[in-house]
Amino acid sequence: MNKAPAASKIRTPLLIAMAVFLVIVMPVLNVAGVIEDFTLNVWGKYLCYAIMAVSIDLLWGYTGLLCLGQALFFTLGGYMMGMHLMLMIGKLGSYNSDLPDFLVFLGHTKLPAIWQPFYSFPFAMLMVFLVPGILALIFGFLAFRSRIKGVYFSILTQALTYAAALLFFRNELLMGGNNGFTDFRTLLGANLREAPTQRILYIVSAILLVAVVAGCKWLTSTRFGLIQRAIRDSENRVLFSGYATANFKLFIFVLCAMIAAAAGALYVPQVGIINPGEMTTERSLEAVVWVALGGRGTLVGPVLGAVSVNALKSWATRAYPDMWLLILGGSFVLVVMFMPKGIIGIPAQVRALIAKMKNRGANSRQPVTTKQDAEVTEP
Amino acid sequence: MKKKPFLLAAEGINKSFDGFKAINDLNFYLTEGELRTVIGPNGAGKTTFLDIITGRTRPDSGNLEWDTDHDLLKLNEYEIYRMGIGRKFQTPTVFSDHTVIENLLLSMAGPRSIWHSLFGRVTAAQKERLAEILETIKLNTQAYRKAGELAHGQKQWLEIGMLLAQEARLLLVDEPAAGMTDEETYRTGELLLSLAGKHTIMVIEHDMEFVRQISQGRTVTVLHQGHVLAEGPVEKVQSDERVIEVYLGRKSKAA
Repeated sequence: MNKAPAASKIRTPLLIAMAVFLVIVMPVLNVAGVIEDFTLNVWGKYLCYAIMAVSIDLLWGYTGLLCLGQALFFTLGGYMMGMHLMLMIGKLGSYNSDLPDFLVFLGHTKLPAIWQPFYSFPFAMLMVFLVPGILALIFGFLAFRSRIKGVYFSILTQALTYAAALLFFRNELLMGGNNGFTDFRTLLGANLREAPTQRILYIVSAILLVAVVAGCKWLTSTRFGLIQRAIRDSENRVLFSGYATANFKLFIFVLCAMIAAAAGALYVPQVGIINPGEMTTERSLEAVVWVALGGRGTLVGPVLGAVSVNALKSWATRAYPDMWLLILGGSFVLVVMFMPKGIIGIPAQVRALIAKMKNRGANSRQPVTTKQDAEVTEP
Repeated sequence: MKKKPFLLAAEGINKSFDGFKAINDLNFYLTEGELRTVIGPNGAGKTTFLDIITGRTRPDSGNLEWDTDHDLLKLNEYEIYRMGIGRKFQTPTVFSDHTVIENLLLSMAGPRSIWHSLFGRVTAAQKERLAEILETIKLNTQAYRKAGELAHGQKQWLEIGMLLAQEARLLLVDEPAAGMTDEETYRTGELLLSLAGKHTIMVIEHDMEFVRQISQGRTVTVLHQGHVLAEGPVEKVQSDERVIEVYLGRKSKAA
């Protein structure tokens, strides 16, 4: 698992096919009644996960930074969106107050100052990017300046995530404690409980996913992409080639935090809830598993991984609720052992297998040479 | 002490690792355009000295001046590189997952900012220069192969090519002939000789045949226990009794 696979480029036709299917075909089938509203909504959730998975791939597969904090950035983005959605509930909450229910429950009579600007949707959107971005900037600056690498970097990101989760579980933070935010009503005036609104959210998620994959495809094709992969393979050599690797890593780390945050912001109105359970280290690890299963360093692999593992999860948690974690763990072990390049690498593996079979067939037709070979190689 | 305009001046450098003195009061001077060979038995501090010049290791004490008015000890690896000091490592260190041309492109002299890495274009002049370097290091037919697939000798050459792409003023070349065939070694020597004058070159080497080929009356420095033992043309150094005692006498190749 240490040696990263070669960065195979996602081809443009495949990207266009993916875009057409997710952005156009799925919603059209939904309007036509072939795909249920529920299914489309669940897919919207998968696509948000897929966006986060792509951000992990950009960090892990391309730059060699195994970040176990992407779920934190994802959730922070979600919380920023959630704050706006909570205020949009207005007087429709259980206490008929302008304040979010949990604040009334905690005895507040005035909206805390920090909540005030979140009435504005553009401000909330800005915070979706700024809060995780600035956190990533500060954390990344300290970590990369101290040359923290490899497993130590992973452990630190894990610790950061854990600390943040503990903080968000506290009621004093005024972020809803362990219940988080829920009971959302409207977004930009549209009722979140109606199918057309959810359909639009799905389409926005699909467009964002395609844009992120296309953007990463471009990014990895530039000289920046070359430097990124060079850092992954031999960071010291990059330093000795005159590049300030810490700056490059910081740039990619902040960018990926913002990508994950955008996904989180779209996730929240689609699932209708956000709580600190989403920012635990287990969630980050799970996302890393999607990337590994799909095939890292491929951009499209993580998308496949995120969608297929979550589809499997949706099915398995209903069909075999007790077995779900075993199924996930088992499939991870299988992939690590037999499919080093993940789902995306299966066609190449099958081709190699067929070639091997053909060779064997060709050899058996010339038994003389095979026999001679055997005599030579076997003492 | 009045200083001559040296390109690189190392004075009174000391470095110990856990009590072991790797570098011991080392004084070393290089003038612009020089091709200097540094020899010495294992553990003489040759590679540690390169580590100190390139910012990988900090010495315990001493001065290291570059181009008379830059203190290299205050700079980090990439800042030192940007001063025009390039290094070829003892074991070939190329980006094995990148193609030959990508390796050279990454080393190409020019801005090193994130912005430039995203939006900078390879100019026609740079393309021409890349083709020229490929020609020089005889890898023009291998330009699009992954560096990891190259033969050992070719990797060594690629790494020298990377120094050329960098347009380094000082090339620090650590055992370029290691693991090469005689033919490859000879051609590497020719390559280094053709670069002398245009660049300042410091070669660390074990192979005395190779040292004789490239030094040709130029100064050879013998390091021993982190200290300069002798300096002079290869013939003079080889006949120095102290050198014979610590180093050459034990080497069959030197006979």
